[in-house]
Amino acid sequence: MADTLVPDFPMPRAARCPFDPPPALKELQQQAPLVKVRQWDGSESWLVTRYADQRALLGDPRVSADPDRPGYPTKASPAAGEGKLSFIMMDDPEHARLRRMVTAPFAVKRVEALRPAVQRIVDGLIDDLLAGPNPADLVETFALPIPSLVICELLGVPYADHAFFQDHTKTMVHRDATPEQRGQASREVAAYLAGLIGERVTRPQEDLLSGIAGRVIAGELTHQQATEMALLLLIAGHETTANMIALGTLALLQHPDQLALLRESDDPRFIAGAVEELLRYLHITHLGRRRAVTEDIEIGGQVVKAGEGLIMVNEIGNRDPEVFADPDRLDLTRDARRHVAFGFGVHQCLGQPLARMELQVVYGTLYRRIPTLRPACALEDVPFKHDAFIYGVHELPVAW
Amino acid sequence: MRVELDEPKCVASGQCVLAAPEVFDQRDEDGIAFLLDETPGADSLDGVREAVAVCPAAAIRLAER
Ligand code: HEM
Ligand code: SF4
Repeated sequence: MADTLVPDFPMPRAARCPFDPPPALKELQQQAPLVKVRQWDGSESWLVTRYADQRALLGDPRVSADPDRPGYPTKASPAAGEGKLSFIMMDDPEHARLRRMVTAPFAVKRVEALRPAVQRIVDGLIDDLLAGPNPADLVETFALPIPSLVICELLGVPYADHAFFQDHTKTMVHRDATPEQRGQASREVAAYLAGLIGERVTRPQEDLLSGIAGRVIAGELTHQQATEMALLLLIAGHETTANMIALGTLALLQHPDQLALLRESDDPRFIAGAVEELLRYLHITHLGRRRAVTEDIEIGGQVVKAGEGLIMVNEIGNRDPEVFADPDRLDLTRDARRHVAFGFGVHQCLGQPLARMELQVVYGTLYRRIPTLRPACALEDVPFKHDAFIYGVHELPVAW
Repeated sequence: MRVELDEPKCVASGQCVLAAPEVFDQRDEDGIAFLLDETPGADSLDGVREAVAVCPAAAIRLAER
């Protein structure tokens, strides 16, 4: 039966190559630009395997990010979270209207002004790490707190509430938390943000939440929409940045020559380039951008029909040999800026200038301050997040 | 060379500012890109080409002469 030829998605990675995409995925990329794949619930979607087609489709207005559209691919696993959160799952013009309300604080120069604050956060966490037990789990002590504290800074969460905020955001992504606990933590954070927006409506300050509150006053957003937007900013930037920190550190520890380049460089341009290469190489949003086709589109001699689903696995786009020479090599000296680790099209990551700056500070600081940093367990024993929406490690025991 | 920017398409990704900071900047009020220089010199060519290539919204055009 032809039917049995439809491959399952996602596919497993090779046990020995935790940083590389699944070998079966790379084979599909060589075979064809578009391949039907089957998900856990039996539904079929088109896998778009190549960089150029992924970019073209993500930038195509006939492709929708709204999961209520017919054909939108089912979620990646039965356990994956449900729910549409603010504009990430909307189409233009409403998507653009909402996104533009929060673009200003993410502009490159605005983000640059936060660099000293992020440096202080990173330095403080390294001080604490060095003063604490050795070995330690880098995820818990370092990788997760950074984006949480930075988003506090940006949103305008008062210092006194940082502990509450960090605790709850940690639970929202923790492996040992039950779905109920995660849901509960997420509801408490949402309620907290809703309260803070309420306060900013009456007493505005100079922060992002006050900006959102201003839209509520102007009648452009409901209080509920404002809260969802704040929650989206938190969720979209938390686990992603944390996983880039922990997985990036592990990848560097496995490539000592590359780590040495980074440790010995004080050239901000080199460090910035290294961040782009790690984004390309690790591509942590490994389950692909999901979209529904709203009008027939011809691509590579094939027609994808209205009502069909697309999965753009940017992970293999970033390893497309047509675009990146020797793509499976981690090479911090290459120009990797054209990667699609932040997606492409109108939904391309809003937080990318912030994510870049955070990672530049982290990668530029951690290995210089702790030159003896090393893994405290064998690579085989590191728990990778194979099935999670965002790829990374649950834990990273390190010593120094 | 002449650079054109289709403002309504811009999604404020900031990529052009990183690629060619002498040519592109972002508005204070909403992060939308604008041109600092519509006819930049040859030194900016590589940067502008990179901006065209990385702009997620296909909002930048380059007319070379
Ligand atoms: C290294 C860390 C990060 C990675 C790899 C990453 C990746 C991505 C990707 C791939 C998308 C596109 C989703 C799609 O097309 O379906 C996206 C969207 C988004 N990201 Fe990020 N992100 C990171 C950090 C952040 C940060 C720090 C923030 C904010 C504080 C953020 C906020 C957002 C938002 C709001 C969207 C939705 C944009 C839209 O729909 O218009 N991200 N991100
Ligand atoms: S790269 Fe494109 S989308 Fe991004 S800020 Fe510049 S013009 Fe706007």
